Amino acid sequence: MEKVIRGRVWRFGDGITTDHIIPGRYFHLRGDLPALAAHAMEDADPEFARGARPGDIVVAGRNFGQGSSREYAALVLVERGIRAVVAASFARIFFRNAINVGLLPVVCDTAGIEAGDELEIDLGANVVRDLTRGLVRGFAPLPRWMLRIIEDGGIVPHILAHGGLGLAFTSGEDDGRV
Amino acid sequence: MSGGTLAEKILSRRLGRPVAAGEFVVAPVDLVLAHEGTATLAIERFSTLGKHRPAAPVLLFLDHAAPAPRRELAEVHRRMRAFAAGAGAHLHEVGAGICHQIVAERWASPGQIIVGADSHTCTAGALGAFATGMGSTDVGVAMALGRTWFRVPETIRVDFVGDGEGGRHLPPGLTAKDLILHLIALLGDDGAAYKAIEFGGPAVEALDMEGRLTICNMAVEAGAKVGLCASDDVTRRFLEERGRGEHFVPLHPGPGAQYERHLEVDVAGLSPQVAFPPAVDRARPVEEAAGIPIDQVLIGTCTNGRISDLRLAARILEGRKVHPGVRLLVAPASREVYLQALREGLLEVFIAAGGTVLPPGCGPCVGVHLGVLGDGERCLSTQNRNFPGRMGNPRGEIYLASPATAAATAVKGAIADPREFLV
Ligand code: SF4
Repeated sequence: MEKVIRGRVWRFGDGITTDHIIPGRYFHLRGDLPALAAHAMEDADPEFARGARPGDIVVAGRNFGQGSSREYAALVLVERGIRAVVAASFARIFFRNAINVGLLPVVCDTAGIEAGDELEIDLGANVVRDLTRGLVRGFAPLPRWMLRIIEDGGIVPHILAHGGLGLAFTSGEDDGRV
Repeated sequence: MSGGTLAEKILSRRLGRPVAAGEFVVAPVDLVLAHEGTATLAIERFSTLGKHRPAAPVLLFLDHAAPAPRRELAEVHRRMRAFAAGAGAHLHEVGAGICHQIVAERWASPGQIIVGADSHTCTAGALGAFATGMGSTDVGVAMALGRTWFRVPETIRVDFVGDGEGGRHLPPGLTAKDLILHLIALLGDDGAAYKAIEFGGPAVEALDMEGRLTICNMAVEAGAKVGLCASDDVTRRFLEERGRGEHFVPLHPGPGAQYERHLEVDVAGLSPQVAFPPAVDRARPVEEAAGIPIDQVLIGTCTNGRISDLRLAARILEGRKVHPGVRLLVAPASREVYLQALREGLLEVFIAAGGTVLPPGCGPCVGVHLGVLGDGERCLSTQNRNFPGRMGNPRGEIYLASPATAAATAVKGAIADPREFLV
């Protein structure tokens, strides 16, 4: 993965649920990702699904992705071209799902970052820079093995490329062979 | 391994070496589950990994959209049946009931590690299983490898103290649901994010398994990875009654368990709770909600669709009529619950009162079918989530409460205090 990811911001608030990201009423479209993704974020920002461009970044407040385990919440964002989600905090299952499908989650203070800003995520320096406003925010780096899963495009390609789950761990205690 | 929180003890036992909060581990899984909202993607991942036979027992459920309300979902059901037959997964057909209820009735045992492609997989923590929700890909990987990775969670210990001798009793009208709604309001919707919550104290020790399942079911609404109860005599009896007594293992936290936080929640004077839309952590005493007009009442779901819930609701509805402005929907959580309610005459009470009994399953909980809300309508439900759009319409509103409050509300046509009916 490149060390610096740059993109335009879509801004959301606190407590965005998986029902905001992809509502349960589209349950029947889960077998058709492009059709499902046409409803991404519908109940939080009806403009998002039409307006999102490849490389855009989602920025939110605390507890992003709370609620159901539906991985489609992470998948519809990827399908809309979103590279990374920067939030004050993530719900646990969404966080795992994001890594598993190759979507980068970044945890940092997002106050002051606005819709349409030009944002830069620097994975070398572990900072987020809002180029529009001149804000710089540090973040704790993800464990190396989590980044590798994202670099590989998700956990399934990661396992196929490296022969197991165990290689993701420095301890290597698990053979994890497929 | 005698010290440790319940979460640490279960994982240590299963890994055969002591582990502590903060460690990343790769652990074996004992049960893997998915339903029609998550299974097809899990199966796809499993197949991409080149697998044909699962490396751990796989339970599949047709519960979220059952019977199938539309063609796309009928096709999902068909694919799941075909996979189960070919790969040797256990399929629970339309009408069997909600995954978490069936896992509790037939599959979960103390000390197991259970992963499910559904956030309320944590329900089985009531039986002392380390049970947690994940996405489809994680579940597909667990099916393929028979293992998954975890970060051993820190634990928040919560002791509920009730009324009377030793704090074991709940005041009249108060149920397990009120306890957990109150706790989530105290913790906040991410107050236990990434953590385990260990439930105990005299009021939980005195609770039956059904009440414990209700409490553990909602641990995820505070962001928790798992919600756990000790495995004790209540657990043993529950397993024995279902012919699974040999799976009982006593499990208690060690005396030296290190908790990140310890809360003692005094529920002696607590009123029944109602969580206001649009978030689960907005519970307030029923007095503050009383009088809000309601269009639909749902009694059921994996939170409160068990036999004790239906008995409590029927006690209030017996000999009364549902208010003409209200649609009352009752969905037993499983076929076992449905049959028992039938034998006890509870279904007759609901129907005679003017209610509608739905097939065992999720019913309208996730907004797919069987009770989608209209614009501006309000529902009071015994389910676990009240997010906008949860019941199929972002212009509808959902209030959360116990089966007692739900039944009282159905009679009054507006949110009502169940204590009026329970004297
Ligand atoms: S009853 Fe509701 S919360 Fe429970 S599993 Fe079904 S849809 Fe999910």
